Amino acid sequence: MAEWKCVFRLPRAMTDVPFPYCPGCSHGIIHRLVAEVMDELDITGKAIGITSAGCSVRNWRQFDCDMVMALHGRGPAVATGLKRARPEAIVFTYQGDGDLAAIGTGEIIHAASRCERITVIYVNNGVFGATGGQQAPTTLIEQKTTSYPKGRDPRFSGYPLKMAELLSMVSPDSYIARTSVHDVKHILATKKAIREAFSVQMEDLGFGLVEILSACPTNWKLDPLSSLERIKREVIPYYPLGTFSSPRKEAR
Amino acid sequence: MSTKILMRGNEAVGEGALRAGCRFFFGYPITPQNELFEFMATRLPQCGGTFLQSESELAGIHMILGAAAGGVRCMTSSSGPGFTLMGEGLTALAAARLPAVVVCVSRAGPGLGRIASAQSDYRLSTRGGGHGDYQCIVLGPGSAQELYELTYLAFELADRYSTPVIVLSDAILGQMMEPVELDTLPVIDPPEKEWAVRGKGKNPRKVIKVAPHTDQELVEWNRHLKKKYELIREKEQRYEAQDIDGASLVVVAFGSTSRIAQDAVMQAREEGLAVGLFRPISLWPFPEKGMKELRQAGIERFLVVEANNGQMIEDVRLALCGSAEVIQYGVGGGHIFAPDEIYEQIKMAVR
Amino acid sequence: MLEEILVAGFGGQGVMLLGQLLSYGAIYEGLEVTFFPSYGPEMRGGTANCTVVISDQRIGSPVRNRFTALLAMNQASLERFSPFVKPGGILAYNTTLIEALPRREDVRIIKIPATQIASDLGNPQTANMVAAGGLAAALGFISLEALFKGLYRVLPEHRHALISINQEAIKRGMECVSISE
Repeated sequence: MAEWKCVFRLPRAMTDVPFPYCPGCSHGIIHRLVAEVMDELDITGKAIGITSAGCSVRNWRQFDCDMVMALHGRGPAVATGLKRARPEAIVFTYQGDGDLAAIGTGEIIHAASRCERITVIYVNNGVFGATGGQQAPTTLIEQKTTSYPKGRDPRFSGYPLKMAELLSMVSPDSYIARTSVHDVKHILATKKAIREAFSVQMEDLGFGLVEILSACPTNWKLDPLSSLERIKREVIPYYPLGTFSSPRKEAR
Repeated sequence: MSTKILMRGNEAVGEGALRAGCRFFFGYPITPQNELFEFMATRLPQCGGTFLQSESELAGIHMILGAAAGGVRCMTSSSGPGFTLMGEGLTALAAARLPAVVVCVSRAGPGLGRIASAQSDYRLSTRGGGHGDYQCIVLGPGSAQELYELTYLAFELADRYSTPVIVLSDAILGQMMEPVELDTLPVIDPPEKEWAVRGKGKNPRKVIKVAPHTDQELVEWNRHLKKKYELIREKEQRYEAQDIDGASLVVVAFGSTSRIAQDAVMQAREEGLAVGLFRPISLWPFPEKGMKELRQAGIERFLVVEANNGQMIEDVRLALCGSAEVIQYGVGGGHIFAPDEIYEQIKMAVR
Repeated sequence: MLEEILVAGFGGQGVMLLGQLLSYGAIYEGLEVTFFPSYGPEMRGGTANCTVVISDQRIGSPVRNRFTALLAMNQASLERFSPFVKPGGILAYNTTLIEALPRREDVRIIKIPATQIASDLGNPQTANMVAAGGLAAALGFISLEALFKGLYRVLPEHRHALISINQEAIKRGMECVSISE
């Protein structure tokens, strides 16, 4: 009988509940990366995840660690209270761009400026997904949404917010990076960044945030492959990838 | 030698919180609650606790939610405009069934209003403060000693029912100083909460939810909350009644106004008027039982005096169900009653 | 008994401390007391006042609009508040800083050269203590001992070196009123 070797399995930090996401949505990939990092760092027993409002609102069913649900945008405040009360825990929030960059702008800026020892997974797909594709603070110029069917006119409804750059300016003791999950190479880079965002918390060096450019085929009205192509051709040119700050001396 | 300490009302709240084992405070400055905020800023670090100034009351109440989820006793405080912002967090705390204590040192509104004392946040507090079907327990202290003891009680009730509790103070109570005896209550080291999240370790994971997974689950949640609120309504009504026997009129007042009304009632009695005083201490649940007892004792006229345009009177009317005459004397906007003024109202109302 | 006392002056005269000291004096005499300060932006105009209510029974309102005793530490306070003293009440004032006499004949006038006595003692900032002693003597139910004890509570611990200076000021204030009475 042939010997079977396990080459791919569900991360231990993940439940076997099926994802509720649309075809081609990047949440599934990002969830898995977070879970893999939790396995590798062996922190599932100490981790507490904070969910946010939006498509990922139900991700408390996905991660097999303690979870707390927060209301729209308040994740960083909830994480702050929890981390201050339980400093031994590894606390992370998982937020979309509507949650973090619109209704929760105040909370994320101040959590970052306090260099809270928390990790933020910030998923930027440029639209309000759960509510049906309205304009987000991150929607690109001229991009059509249900709020502005003719496209975003910056003189009327503002310019897309670059949160990674903005937060890196107010948070000296932080690891802040922007990555993308549009192909394998970038998925692997994203995982590395997520790992670092958890590591700086574990080493008590500072605040960690990874902004991840992700696809929303449903609300972009594109098929999954074209959505990935769009990230490469349209999104990355506006939202450059890279590390914007690091609390490690050697990286400065 | 007296062991009583002359204490500002706002500080008495802080002492009550420390006594109850509260070691976490998240809040934002606003007059007239600043002395409580500063008391916690000084004292918590001395007791190994954590004080953090939040960027807004909104962030503050959600920090409370996080700390409460972690299982610690925690508190925030504010006044009118900031208290309004906390509505969002209060409904989340109630949904998540998390215990927390929120202090409102109320001032005159609406809008930004002014810092003069008022009782115009009665309705906001006793009707929950945010969206959805929920209630907060609301306690209305009337002295520095009570601010101390009811804040302590607030933590006990919050834990007992796993629900947010509001201590509704006001600018007069917060700013005045009175002797407080601290030894009336034991120091508590709050027990660990088995439902709290602190990392699952080798155990099954826990989830603190502000939303259920299905529609049916939400119906069940609401059924659970309703049952809990009925239990609280049954067990936690608190009030004080004085000079009720033979009274032809009973003045109903809470908080600082009850103190002023007390003088007016005394004056009226000295003038031979048969007047009593009823002071709700639990504002939610409203002490309906006490009101019904008064009705059964034959009291037919009630004068509700409150430093607002008429809010508690709704609860008095509901409690009496039209069985007695209810007269209101309320002035909003920061007017401070004089005993004589209430006395004049009593004279007009008494038959 | 019910004493409704208003202490008023300008910021920096130690009016709040004075009111708190009287409050502790009442506590040590076994009485009930409430202290209510002016607060908030009102304080920034330079005036300060506090209401001290003392009784042998449970106290109702901490806020009063008529008083059984006024202690005015400066001219403006005397003018503003003397109309609110009840007939037969006490009108005490700091004669060093107040030249014009109060226009009331139905009250007991108590003259306390508070700032003068304090300056003679070499500590002008203890004028509030002199005034507290003087008012206590006029009231007649707060002893020197009770005020001395109160000092340990109203002064923060790092100021306790100043207790004897303050005790002397309280004593001199009390004596000056007892003698002139």
